[in-house]
Amino acid sequence: MRIVADSSRCAGAGQCVLTDPALFDQSEEDGIVIVLTPHPAAAQHDHARQAVRLCPSGALSLEKEAR
Amino acid sequence: MTGQPDVTIPVPRRCPFAPPPEYQQLREQAPVARLTMASGRTAWVLTRHADIRAVLADPRFSSDRSHPGFPAPQQGQELASGFKFSLISMDPPEHGPARRGVAGEFTARRMQALQPQVQQLVHTHLDAMLAGPRPADLVQALALPVPSLVICGLLGVPYADHEFFQTRSAVLLRGRVPVNDRIQAGVDLMTYLDELVARREKDPTDDLIGRQLKAGTIEHGDLVSLALLLLIAGHETTANMISLSALALIENPAARRAIRDDPARTPGAVEELLRYFTITDLTLFRVALADIEVGGQLIRAGEPVISLSLAGNHDPEAFADPGRLDIGRDARPHLAFGFGPHQCLGQNLARMELQVVLDTLLRRVPDLNLAVRFEDLQFKDDAFVYGARELPVTW
Repeated sequence: MRIVADSSRCAGAGQCVLTDPALFDQSEEDGIVIVLTPHPAAAQHDHARQAVRLCPSGALSLEKEAR
Repeated sequence: MTGQPDVTIPVPRRCPFAPPPEYQQLREQAPVARLTMASGRTAWVLTRHADIRAVLADPRFSSDRSHPGFPAPQQGQELASGFKFSLISMDPPEHGPARRGVAGEFTARRMQALQPQVQQLVHTHLDAMLAGPRPADLVQALALPVPSLVICGLLGVPYADHEFFQTRSAVLLRGRVPVNDRIQAGVDLMTYLDELVARREKDPTDDLIGRQLKAGTIEHGDLVSLALLLLIAGHETTANMISLSALALIENPAARRAIRDDPARTPGAVEELLRYFTITDLTLFRVALADIEVGGQLIRAGEPVISLSLAGNHDPEAFADPGRLDIGRDARPHLAFGFGPHQCLGQNLARMELQVVLDTLLRRVPDLNLAVRFEDLQFKDDAFVYGARELPVTW
């Protein structure tokens, strides 16, 4: 799994950081998402999915990766 | 449409613990309903969680309050000419950069770093309340001053002026208020902040207003509007959530014990309380910029749309047994902070404040109780932001 963030859509609501601060952070400058862990471990996949669902601006998506 | 409930928007809330029953009727019989508003005009009214999410995430629904089709639920909502709403009335491409210009001030991490300060404020206010006479009004003793102090500190607005801005903010957020009073309240607040920003331009301070001036990317008038939006949104909303949450926990001893015994449950409880009350039910207004189908209904360009977030947050398709306050459920997909690119900028401040206040209140005042009968409590049934007018408590 790869987490993809479209920073042009991000509204800096911080829902992703709230979901898992090990996966996401926000820029202190403009609040925009920073993906800390683009390739989350299997145990973090649920959090990644939840962050995508909760993101208000549709800035986050997941890509499948060949392993 | 046949069998559509005969409902006028806004529908008054009759009980803090349940949405108006008309909301369920609408959701079941006409989830995208063309209804008359108290102003006499009509609007599309949404009551399903999924439809509300879809509309709020869709940039073809505009937030521009100057658009002639923008919903006007009540008559007499006019404000002084030149009154600007700042972020909440902006669309792309203007909105994104404007929001980014201030979003760094409200990041989840930054709000968490304010926690010790908020904790101290809560202790100080509870010390004073517990040392004072019983009963006390929890709104004045705790719920209103704590978030007011916090937002004042962030913005750089002197808290000494709190009576001035609290009374005028309350007028702006009320539904039924003489139009001249509303205009005057808006003018008073704009004048006050205009002067404050002008002082900061000469004598910069290290706060949100000062940092915006230092960045130099926002005009004077826009900064005044932004400061007004943040000041109002930053105190009145959280204050209402604090008092309603305290009331809910007084009335639900099991939830109260669960939080007190295990503070790890508080963040989940806060999300559920936000969902359950949805005090900002009447704030999600849009106007369609194109012909768009929502929930199988065609909405035409220029038509107004009202998303009733309280109805969406009590949609059984999204939350099982929605009428039950269940602090263990996953309530985070709630719409209490809205959805889409305009979702509440201060949501992580509100969450942190609510968590600290509720944890501390339940721990320090374990026998908190109402000092009046529940039936005698008065609520802000006509306001755009719902809450208790006062909450007399004893212990």
